[in-house]
Amino acid sequence: MKTFLILGAGTAGTMMAREMAHALDLNQWKVIVVDKEEQHYYQPGFLFIPFGYYKREDVVKPIRSFIAKGVEYVVSNIEALEPADNKVTLANGRVIQYDYLVVATGTDIHPEETEGLKDGGWGENIFDFYTYDGAAALAPAISRFQGGRLLVNVVENPIKCPVAPLEFLFLADAYFTRKGIRNKVEITYATPLPGAFTKPVAAAALGKILDEKHIHVEAEYNTGWVDPSRNVLVSYDERELPYDLMVSIPLNKGAAFLGAAGIADELNYVKVDKHTLQSTEYPNIWALGDAANIPASKAGAVIHFQMGTAVKNILAHMAGKPMPDAFDGHALCYIETGFDKATLIDFDYTHEPFPGKYPLPGVGPFDLLGQTTLNHWGKLAFRYIYFLMMRGIEVPLPNKFSMAGKRAA
Amino acid sequence: MTDLANIKFNAEGFMTDPNQWTKEIAEVLAKQEGIETLTADHWKIIDFCRATGLATGKSPTLRQITVGTGISTKDLFALFPKGPAKKVAKIAGLGKPEGCV
Repeated sequence: MKTFLILGAGTAGTMMAREMAHALDLNQWKVIVVDKEEQHYYQPGFLFIPFGYYKREDVVKPIRSFIAKGVEYVVSNIEALEPADNKVTLANGRVIQYDYLVVATGTDIHPEETEGLKDGGWGENIFDFYTYDGAAALAPAISRFQGGRLLVNVVENPIKCPVAPLEFLFLADAYFTRKGIRNKVEITYATPLPGAFTKPVAAAALGKILDEKHIHVEAEYNTGWVDPSRNVLVSYDERELPYDLMVSIPLNKGAAFLGAAGIADELNYVKVDKHTLQSTEYPNIWALGDAANIPASKAGAVIHFQMGTAVKNILAHMAGKPMPDAFDGHALCYIETGFDKATLIDFDYTHEPFPGKYPLPGVGPFDLLGQTTLNHWGKLAFRYIYFLMMRGIEVPLPNKFSMAGKRAA
Repeated sequence: MTDLANIKFNAEGFMTDPNQWTKEIAEVLAKQEGIETLTADHWKIIDFCRATGLATGKSPTLRQITVGTGISTKDLFALFPKGPAKKVAKIAGLGKPEGCV
C-alpha cells in the first residue's frame, strides 16, 4: 500500500484530497489528510463579520462534511517533517511514511512579531480580521465606535488576499456613512507599498477610489512598533500614526515545521517551481495555495486555477512521464467597494489587471475595474459556489488567464 | 573620483547592468543617498545583497536581508535610513526590489 499524504484540509487540501481519491486506485493507495482544526472556514467571509453582514454559521462548517469518500482525515498538529526520510510526525505521536506529499497548510498571522502589537491593546483597541476569532471580536468594537481615528495597517508583504485591507477600508467608509458619523471618523491606510496595490493599472484605479472616499494613504510605511501607552503606530523611519481603533494585518508566515524541514523560504513558504508547483528540493513534494512561495496572490481563486495543473503533473510524475501542465499565476478577485458595489480584477504572472469585461456565459459579463452592483452579487454568490466546490461540484471558470474582453492600454 | 559617466541607470536611478558595479561606484552612490562613509556593517549588507541579487536575479527583500545577515530591521534602518531595501539595491548596483503580489 502506498500513501498520498496531504497536510492541511483548507481550500487546497480539501480539493486535492477529493481529486486524488478519484484519480488513484484506492486498492493501492491510501489518501490521508491531516489538519489541526475540525472546522473549515470560508475565509473570504471574515471581511464581512466586523460589519455584521455575516454570522458564524455563514463561514464555519465542519471539515468532515467536505472530506471525500475513501479519504482518511486525521485531526492533529504537525510536529515535524523529515523530507529525506519521507516521514511526517504528528503531535499526537503518530508517524506517517508517505510516497507523495502535498503541503497545503496555508499562512497565518503573527502579531507577536511586531513589538507592542500583541502585547498592548490587542483585543481592546487593536484587532485583526484575518482569523474568525479576530473578526468576531472586532464586530462589537466597530459597532460601538462613535468617531475618532481608524487606522488600518499592513505590517509586511506578502499577505493573504492583498485586496482585503482595501475592501475593509471601503466597507468601513460605507458603514460609518450609513450610520451618519462618517464626518467624525478619520480613516488612514498605512501600507509598505508605494500605493494602493502592487500592479500599476489597478493601483491607480483603486487609489482613485480611496481618494474619492477620503481615505488617507500612508505609503511606503514600514511598520516598526506600536506604542500602546500613547496609542501610536511608529514606522522604522519614525513616522507616527495615532489611532483610536487599529485594524492590523500582522506579518503573515507559513507553518514553522516547513522552515525547520529545510524546504521553505525565510517566511516558511515552500519553495516550488512556479509553473509545475513541485518542490525545488524534493521531487515527491508539492505545495499548493498560500503555503507555496509562488509570486501569485494568496487567494482561493488561485487555488482553484492551480488545482488542474497540480493534479495532472503529480499523476504524470507518478507514471514517470514529463509533467504536462504549467500554472500561469492566474488570479481573479472580486473587491467590495462599499454601498453594495464591487469591482473585479483578473490577472496572471505576466498580465496585470486591465479594465474591460469578464465574460461568463449566463451570468456575466462582469465589469473589470468598474464598480457595479452585479459584481457585488457575484461576490456574495461566491460563498454558495465555494461550499459547492468544497463538496466536489465543479464550477465553469476557465483555469487559464485570457485577454478576452480586456483593454490593455 | 570614480566616473559615473559610462554607467547605465534607469529613470529611477537604479543601475541597469550589475556587472558594471565596483566598490568605488558603491561609495559614490552611497554619498548620493546621503551615506558619507560605508562601514563594515554597511558592507556586510551590500555584500549579502550582491550575492543573493546576482544568484537569483532579484534584489532581496527587507526580510531576506535581516534573516540573511542577522542584522535587525531597526539597525538596518539606522544604517540605510528611509527604505533600506531600496537604498541598498541602488548602492549595490541591483534593480529595484519588486513589490509583492
